[in-house]
Amino acid sequence: MSPTDLAVQEQQTSASRQRVVNDFSIQVATVNGSGSQTANLVLLRSILLMGVPVSGKNMFPSNIAGLPTWYTIRASKRHYVARKKEVDFLVAMNGETAKEDVLTLDAGAAVVYDEPLKLNALRNDLVFYPVPFDKLVTPVCPDAKLRRLVRNMIYDGILAKLLGIDPALMDKALQKQFGKKAKAVTLNANALKAGWDYADANFTKQDPFFIEPMNETAGKILIEGNAAAAIGCMMAGVTVVAWYPITPSSSLCESLIGYMKKYRVDKATGKATFAIVQAEDEIASLGMVVGASWAGARAMTATAGPGISLMSEFAGLAYYAETPAVIFDVQRVGPSTGLPTRTAQGDLLMTAFLSHGDTKHIMIFPSSVEECYEMAQQAFELAEQFQTPVFVMMDLDLGMNNWMSDGFKYPEKPIDRGKLLTEETLKRLGEWGRYKDVDGDGIPYRTIPGDGMPAYFARGSGHNAKGQYSERPDDYVDNMDRLARKFETARQYVPMPEIDGATGAKIGFVGYGTSHWAIGESRDQLREETDLETSYYRLRGYPFTSDLVEFIDAHERVYVIEQNRDAQLLQLMKLDLSTERQVKLRSVLHYNGLPIDARSISDDVLAQEGFEVAKRTTRISAGIAGGE
Amino acid sequence: MAARVNRIGLEPLTYKGGKTTLCAGCGHNAISERIIDAFFEMGVDPRQVIKLSGIGCSSKSPAYFLGGSHGFNAVHGRMPSVGTGAMLANKKLIAIGVSGDGDTGAIGIGQFVHLMRRNLPIIYIIEDNGCYGLTKGQFSPTADLGSKLKTGVVNDLPPIDTCALAIELGATFVARSFSGDKKQLLSLLKAALAHRGTVMLDVISPCVTFNDHEGSTKSYAYVKDHDDPLEEVNFVPFFEDITVDYEPGTTQEVTMHDGSKLYLKKLEEGYDPTDKITALKRLHETARRGEFATGIIYIEPDRDDFLELLNLVDEPLATLPLDRVRPGREALEEIMDSLR
Repeated sequence: MSPTDLAVQEQQTSASRQRVVNDFSIQVATVNGSGSQTANLVLLRSILLMGVPVSGKNMFPSNIAGLPTWYTIRASKRHYVARKKEVDFLVAMNGETAKEDVLTLDAGAAVVYDEPLKLNALRNDLVFYPVPFDKLVTPVCPDAKLRRLVRNMIYDGILAKLLGIDPALMDKALQKQFGKKAKAVTLNANALKAGWDYADANFTKQDPFFIEPMNETAGKILIEGNAAAAIGCMMAGVTVVAWYPITPSSSLCESLIGYMKKYRVDKATGKATFAIVQAEDEIASLGMVVGASWAGARAMTATAGPGISLMSEFAGLAYYAETPAVIFDVQRVGPSTGLPTRTAQGDLLMTAFLSHGDTKHIMIFPSSVEECYEMAQQAFELAEQFQTPVFVMMDLDLGMNNWMSDGFKYPEKPIDRGKLLTEETLKRLGEWGRYKDVDGDGIPYRTIPGDGMPAYFARGSGHNAKGQYSERPDDYVDNMDRLARKFETARQYVPMPEIDGATGAKIGFVGYGTSHWAIGESRDQLREETDLETSYYRLRGYPFTSDLVEFIDAHERVYVIEQNRDAQLLQLMKLDLSTERQVKLRSVLHYNGLPIDARSISDDVLAQEGFEVAKRTTRISAGIAGGE
Repeated sequence: MAARVNRIGLEPLTYKGGKTTLCAGCGHNAISERIIDAFFEMGVDPRQVIKLSGIGCSSKSPAYFLGGSHGFNAVHGRMPSVGTGAMLANKKLIAIGVSGDGDTGAIGIGQFVHLMRRNLPIIYIIEDNGCYGLTKGQFSPTADLGSKLKTGVVNDLPPIDTCALAIELGATFVARSFSGDKKQLLSLLKAALAHRGTVMLDVISPCVTFNDHEGSTKSYAYVKDHDDPLEEVNFVPFFEDITVDYEPGTTQEVTMHDGSKLYLKKLEEGYDPTDKITALKRLHETARRGEFATGIIYIEPDRDDFLELLNLVDEPLATLPLDRVRPGREALEEIMDSLR
């Protein structure tokens, strides 16, 4: 240990006396493509195996290898899984960003760093643990080519020792990560041990952060939202998938391919009960979905904002010709190419009205991986029930990060294919018209090619109730009004909101998607720090349900919390609200590409409520600039 | 007298569609009539047929044939993706797509390219008149260099040869015809129905309103004068017991997917439509002379189509029962365990 470290220890004694247990965040700063993701997942899972609620978030560059990347792991005994704004424990492996990474820490944070970086000279209010990674990796990894990858596992060993993670559980996590690859397990286990031994021999614990066993994660799974959605699609009986690779949605279709190959191939014949096609672009992806749905398949695609832009034409066709379609939008930061590997909720307004003319679409908003799984299934039901596109609005944070969850429940209900015309219905109706509203809910009966029922000509041009080409004003108006009626019907069928009304609360929060996690934590902060009680309306579907109005009426001020610049949900709400209600709306916006955090919400709300808010100067590194 | 019926007992009337709204004398109407004849004569069940199109005059025409079939008039240039999706959903369907030269060669060239690559089982017809009729006659990408618009504007860009492109990209049945050549077009359409894979059929179909004047290379007069048939196409469906006698060396016999036979009587030495290089060479040579090579330009009857590559179950995916599309509880449990 260097003399400087001892000096730091002096200053830190008061901090280290107060133990911080299962309530801190770790940030690992590495280089993209260095295999650090494996080490990070092993660390994440070992904390989970300790029984401690945990979440992991990857903040990575749009690059294959060589650029800086950050991974944050948050352990939280209170089950907070949103990003924590402050980094408590930094692992600095990347010389390129190390200086800024260290300078942006709050006082009292701990830093494990690659010794040659000499970071301890930068500040005297942090705890430093220098590790000679290159020296440690050489004996455990004779193959020089693998050292770059294996050296990351050493910091897991260091952290296990410093934080008090059971090394046996870390080994278990390692085995889970590498599965049956025995050679890789041994190699990495040796690296873990080398780290542990080094920390054991050289470090005295000076920071206050500890992981202690809890019993909060029994039976929990760890999964990315994209994989969860894929499982949901498979259980929904999807048969046709068309997609075009785009971050952050690609892994949804790639997971789906994996699951379908395993579980949806007929054992007897070895033939597939599904078709998955990588299309030439997002336009063709949705075109294939529309064609497949029209011909009776359960069909889907997954994309991100740039893909949604391209799909606008087909979204309008599907809306007007009334074909089902399930579209996952794993949102990333726009406009245009934007920040492809960063998260946002910026596609709401575009998607709600995607395509020209009077068009509006059903959207559903999962907040958790469990909801990704369940809403994937609901999306297919809604799409077929309403014969229209349904957009599942995810985001990168949900789709690509690992989330802890209860195991998913097997669907108990059979699949409902919606109003498909049958012999009996035809007999009852006497006469069939493809776009005739016989039930008064705006939803007509449809037939599919090859089913022997009457044929019709689907088209994006004007048509009457029989599906015939028509430019007649009355036909046009009748059809458009019926479509509006159908949309009204959907209000009763989209996923209902979750409302947590606090007695006497004057303030209401409205949020959706991944903001949910930061909102919950922020409500606790506000209650505990300033006695500010808030109610919460978690939106889960669009069109809005009538209880939104009731929620607004029950509160003096309503903060709409979202991850975009233009308050897109608030704008959308305004369209449905009277001016008296509109003026009650306030906005809390977070749009720097990182997942929203509770502190940012709390501070914003407190400021708007007239409280004095301490100016927080915390700069967040987690990103590169220049270099082109 | 009882009406004429085909081999599945249907009358010609069953194959008719709505009344055309295209111009009188439009080549597209003649093509619709040939489609009706071909589907009737081949005894195709209209209820198993899907008609697809993009946007434009050509794309309106599916409403004018096979009224008992499902149809989808999609968006401009995007019919290939809709057709692909539909065929994935139900491989038992017979797909016929009608596009135009703008719908294919301009806005839809991307989807056209990938449709050809995939060799999806579909009959893809381009009703090719070298201009945009619905928007009053602008040039399309198949307009020939030097061809003149009614307004006197001369086309100064080279044309896209959709047949050469289709061969290059992997289509397995590539033909060109002329809407005025009833016999050849009918034979080609019937052969198309016997083929499994992408049939790309470019039919020169003059626009009587905007592109039938002196100076146009897509006028009736010009096409009649410059039609250069590669062979005499005789098609014998598998269900007809007809033997064709021919002098050895004069005729090429091709056995189709369903057992039907194509007899291609050579009109010139050395033309072999199963050879890609010969086909492309010939297309370029005729084009250089300012002529149209018509007939079967290229045929590859045996290649796996896209649906075969996907190794789909025999039944249509669209109507598989729940127990075949939703894995059991143990599958979900296994997945959950793998994530713990």
